[in-house]
Formats: sequence, C-alpha cells, structure tokens
Amino acid sequence: MDFAIGEDRQMLSDTMSRYLAKNFDWEKRLKVIETEAGFDRAMWNELAELGVLGALFPEDAGGFGGTAFDIGVVFAEVGRAIATGPFLDTLLAGRLLAAAGESDVLESVIGGEKIVTLAHQPAYDAETGEESDVTASGSGENWTLDGAKGVVGYLGAANLIVVTSGDKAFLLEAGGEGVSVSDYRMVDGGSGGELKLSGAPARLLSGVDAETIAGNEAAGVVALSWEGVAVMDQLRDQTLEYMRTRKQFGVPIGKFQALQHRMATLALEIEQARSSSINAAAHFDKPERDRFAAAAKYTLGRVGNLAAEEAIQIHGGIGMTWELPLSHYAKRMVMLGHMLGDEDEHLSRYIELLRAA
Amino acid sequence: MNLEYTPEEEAFREEVRAFLKEKLPARLSTKVREGKNLTKADMEEWHAILNEKGWLAPHWPEKYGGTNWSVMQKFIFETETATAHAPRVVPFGLSMLAPVLIKYGTEEQCQHYLPRILDGTDWWCQGYSEPGAGSDLASLKCAAVREGDHYIVNGQKTWTTLGQHADWIFCLVRTDSSGKKQEGISFLLIDMETPGIEVRPIKLLDGDEEVNEVFFTDVKVPVENLVGEENKGWTYAKYLLTYERTNIAGIGASMAALEQLKHIARTTKKNGTLLIEDPLFAQRLARLEIDLENMKTTNLRVLDAAGKGGAPVAESSMLKIRGTEIRQEIGGLMRRAAGRYAQPFVAESMEEGYNGAPIGPEWTGPVSSQYFNNRKLSIFGGSNEVQREIITKAILEL
Repeated sequence: MDFAIGEDRQMLSDTMSRYLAKNFDWEKRLKVIETEAGFDRAMWNELAELGVLGALFPEDAGGFGGTAFDIGVVFAEVGRAIATGPFLDTLLAGRLLAAAGESDVLESVIGGEKIVTLAHQPAYDAETGEESDVTASGSGENWTLDGAKGVVGYLGAANLIVVTSGDKAFLLEAGGEGVSVSDYRMVDGGSGGELKLSGAPARLLSGVDAETIAGNEAAGVVALSWEGVAVMDQLRDQTLEYMRTRKQFGVPIGKFQALQHRMATLALEIEQARSSSINAAAHFDKPERDRFAAAAKYTLGRVGNLAAEEAIQIHGGIGMTWELPLSHYAKRMVMLGHMLGDEDEHLSRYIELLRAA
Repeated sequence: MNLEYTPEEEAFREEVRAFLKEKLPARLSTKVREGKNLTKADMEEWHAILNEKGWLAPHWPEKYGGTNWSVMQKFIFETETATAHAPRVVPFGLSMLAPVLIKYGTEEQCQHYLPRILDGTDWWCQGYSEPGAGSDLASLKCAAVREGDHYIVNGQKTWTTLGQHADWIFCLVRTDSSGKKQEGISFLLIDMETPGIEVRPIKLLDGDEEVNEVFFTDVKVPVENLVGEENKGWTYAKYLLTYERTNIAGIGASMAALEQLKHIARTTKKNGTLLIEDPLFAQRLARLEIDLENMKTTNLRVLDAAGKGGAPVAESSMLKIRGTEIRQEIGGLMRRAAGRYAQPFVAESMEEGYNGAPIGPEWTGPVSSQYFNNRKLSIFGGSNEVQREIITKAILEL
C-alpha cells in the first residue's frame, strides 16, 4: 500500500500551486470572473506551457501523464485556487480526441493554441418542455448534426467543440456552418453556453464508442472529486482560522463546544470524501470503476453541501459577503455538485450497480 | 381539540381571497412568483393597497389601525397572501419597531410614528448588529452621549437590510459602559437625514446589494427620540426580536414555495423521469412536506398559547430554527430540481421586463441565487445557534 502521489506528480503539483498563487491571486480572480469568458486566456497558455494540460493525457496521445492520479493532482490544484478555465472540458473532450487518434488536434489543445469543450448533456427545449439532444445523420466522411446541448462549459471561448450523439462523438469548429452558440456566466464564475446545431457538418471521431463515453464520465468524476476535496479543505481551514480569531462573548468562537463538535464532524466527513476520491482514482482502470465513481460523486455532493453550508453558517453574515473568498469557495463547492450528475443521480446509479452485482 | 376552520374563519378566508383577487396587481404577483427583484416602489405600492383596506398592520391594536384579528385569522391572512404571491410586507417599521413603541413608547411617540409607518411616510431600518457585536449583540459599542437636549452618536452598524431606502433607523446604542453590558443599552430613533450618517452597501455572494453598513459620526439626536428609559434598551430589543423571529419563520412563504416545488416535481423530467417519480427526490419532498405540516401546527399552538398569555419568547426561537431550516430546504430542493441548469447565472434576468431567452426551464433562473441568499435565514435575527442557547436556558433550564 502506498498513499504517496509520487515525485513527478508532486513536482507538477508544486509548480501549479506556485504559479496560481503568484498569477491568480484574489484580486485577479475577482476581475477574471467579471469577464465574459470567465477565465484568463493568457494564463491558460502559460498553464499549458507549464505542462498542466499535458499531464491530463498519456504519452501516446501527446501528453505525459493521463492516469487517474495525474488527473486528480491537477484538479486538486484547480480546486485549491478555485481557478476558472476549461480544465474539465479539456480533459473530457481531449480524451475523446485521443481515443479517435486525433493527435494533431489534441496537440493544439495541449499546447494551449486551441480551446476545446465537450457538448455532452442534452439541452432543455422551452417549446416542448422536454430535453432535446443531438442527432447525427450521414456516413463515412459526411456527417451532419442537428439538435441542442445544454450547459456546455466555456462554450463561448471554444474554438473546437466535441459533440456526443448516442454512442458516437463528433468534432466541429465553433463558428462553422449550422453552429449557433449562446453563452452566459456561471454562478461560481466561469462561463457556459447553450449549443444549437442545424445541419452542422461534423467529423466523426471514429474509435469512440459507448465504453469510451462511459469511461469519460468516470474520468470527469475523478477530476471533480479531487477538485471538490481541495475546495472542502479550504472551506474547513478558512473556517477554523475564523474560529480562532473571531471573538464573541469575550472568547474566540472556536472555544464553543457546539461549534467545535460541528467542525469535528465536518473534518471527519472531509476525510471520508478524500477517501472516496482516492477510491475513484484507484479503481479507474479496474472493473469496479463505475461503482467507485458513483460513490465518489455521491459523497462529493453530500459532504460538499455540508462543508459549504457549515462554513457560511459558522462565519455568520461575513461568510455571505462577496469580498470574502470563502463565499466563492462555497459557491464553487455547491456547483461542483451539479456537474456530471448530482448526489441523488449517483446514489441511484450506485443502487443500480448494487442490484446488478 | 379541533383543527378545522370555523364557518367564520372559512368566511374570512373567502374574504381575503376575494380581496387578493381584486386588489393584488398581477404585475407584482408575477414578479414575486418568478423571483424577480422587487423595487422600493413595488413594496410601497403593496403597502398602500393593504393600508387602504386597513390590513397593513393586523397585529397592532385597533386604535392605531390594527384589526383585532384572532391568531387563526392572522394565520389565514399570512398564508393566503403568501400563496397568492403577494410581496412580503417590509417588517422593519410594521412588525419590529411598532410593537416596541406600542408597548414601551409614549403615547406621543405612537401618535407621531405609527401613522407615518402606515401611510408610507417613513421607511424604517434596523440598527442592531455591529462588526464586533453579532451573536454577542449586547457587546455593542455604538455610543450615544447625552449633551443637553441631544445625544451625540458615534459608531457603526452593519447588515442593515434595505437601509439604502430608509428614512429612519431604530438603533441600539451604548449609553453606559460602567456595569453589565446589557444594562447600558438604549433604544434610539434616528432620522437618516441627520448630518454625519453614511450608508455603504455590502455586496453579497449572490451579487445582491440588499444589506448595508451605516456609519455615525457626531450625529445629533434629540432626546425625545429615546424609546422608554435610558439603559433599559436591552429589554425592548429582546421584545422586538421575538417578533422578528416569528416573522422570519415564514410559514406562509414556505407553504407557497412548497406548492411551487411540488408543481415543478410533477412537471420536470430528469434523465427522462419526472422528479416526483424519482424515489430519492420524492423522499426529500415528502420529508419536507411532513415537517412543514408539523410546523404549521406547532406555529399555531405557540401563537395560541401566546395569545392567551402574552408574546412567545423562547418558543419563538423554536419557530425560528425550524422555520428557517424548512425555508432553506425548499430552496435546496429547488436547486437540486434544476440539475445542471442551476449553474447559469444571468443577473439581468432578475429584473422586471428582461426579454432574453430563458436558459433551461424558466423557473431555474433565480434558484441558485435564492439558495445562497437564503443562507442568511439561519444567521440573522439571532443565529440558529443563539436560538438553541435560548431554548437550552429558557425552556430546558439547563
């Protein structure tokens, strides 16, 4: 048994941590999240140069990492700084590009020249009140896509869009024929958008199948759970710091047993969440991948909510202010719960797998 | 024991419904239902409509413009107005200051201030919390020093909700630092136009600016603006808080919000299944409804007992805790129901007349903002931790 992350990954983690501490301080983040794109394009290129994006992909895809633990380490740093940018979108779209052997395209993504996103989840259609997804028609080299995708990360900034349709995936260019994008900001900073396609010509990513897409969802859960645990750590530490310094009734509020016990419970729950994120990474290449992914995302949602709500509550009014970083960590924490299926969806998934076993 | 409405109460409910149907402007109820931001003018418009009917201050004595309604009538009115999506009545003057003036103020003060609250002349805000005095409210430092016919006020208040609209502020000020901290507090009424007052907005995590800091620098306040006796303000402050807490419990608002949530659960699909058919979501919804049904009766029991024997004190802490937990849980379930569409944030869509295409189901627009904004419910009016302290001491006698 070995819980050390390894020397190379430690170096990557340190490099990323130093870079973000220096280049993505609090003032910077507040400015960046007010911009339309919700992230800093120049910073993205610098992170690419540091190898952050390369670490998400294996050597045969033009990267130098790509294991679940490599992914985890990168996303833990994203969480620690609540950095905005298409990290998850790059990971998920990039893995499908890699599966299809699109090495030239992926190289431009890993190098930071091109921004790619993954349009996977269906959109809500206001006219029918139902979900509406993308259908593909064609064969060989000639495919066109119709339909819609919803809440696509950093859609407005993307040059390239990987679109799923059933067990197939396609690549198309933003701004191409039949592609329409409406983008917006997100609650926790960053941006997203709704994608509409009407007869949009697209390239089939051959080699992608249902299993690739399922594996991709599990990779996304590994990323989010490592990011989430890092956010929880911040929420806990910032709250403990406040409990040590904020005085009421003549003593630091950390002296009150009622609050002490709540923080003890939270600390325990966060360790459980950390274990769930390690489990998800450790089983990523194993038959029980999906069970541990569901467990991790369920735990992330449940404990994340607790961490966000307790951190704000124990801070009191100040925990609800824009100027305090804590409130932004809390928002990110809660929103991580909404990505790639929430707590209930993953608990249901777990129950299905339990029944099938 | 009988929980049925009497024929008189049924008739009263019909009367309230008829009034709302005729007088509640559709423009306002639509804004409330869609979670849009209400302007000062919106709130004043609704106050004026209620005042014309004589229903703006049901809990006041009749001689000042109250209604002499029973506990059940007040409950019916609260729930009917909330389920009709009427704007909330702004509580600072009507439900917080007024009960204090009526119980502890002079007849002259009542005659002067109460009509101005009713007709909208004065918009009040609350000067309680300070940066160093939150849960430990009695440690407040904002000082009032008597000089001839005036007090000179120096210090700071914070979390002053809607202070940006206010003409007046009721303040807890320190008039004596020599003894126990609770025994040197006075209750002072201050005109916001007085020189030396500065209001600065505080931006909250949902981007909203509804609370403020208020700074006082050598602010001259006439001594006749003191309520009750000097250094007895803590008693009045606590009395006011029992009203504030009962109000924050917001049973009517929860009933209205739960109806909306149930409608959403019956009409919204997630991964192809209606939310109401999803056993996990349905379980959350059922627990919430059970808790709210229990709460409705707890609320009536407490108010009934209080009606016979005075204002609820420690019991208002129970109502505040569970009432705010329910309100927060409803917001939490709305957010969960929105799924991935809880993430987009279009600030402009919170304003009336926004014409942009909705993103996701229309009701999802404000859900995350409301969820985060609702964190305040368990913090203000005395945090829920402070309420538990009150229950521990005053009811459990531990």
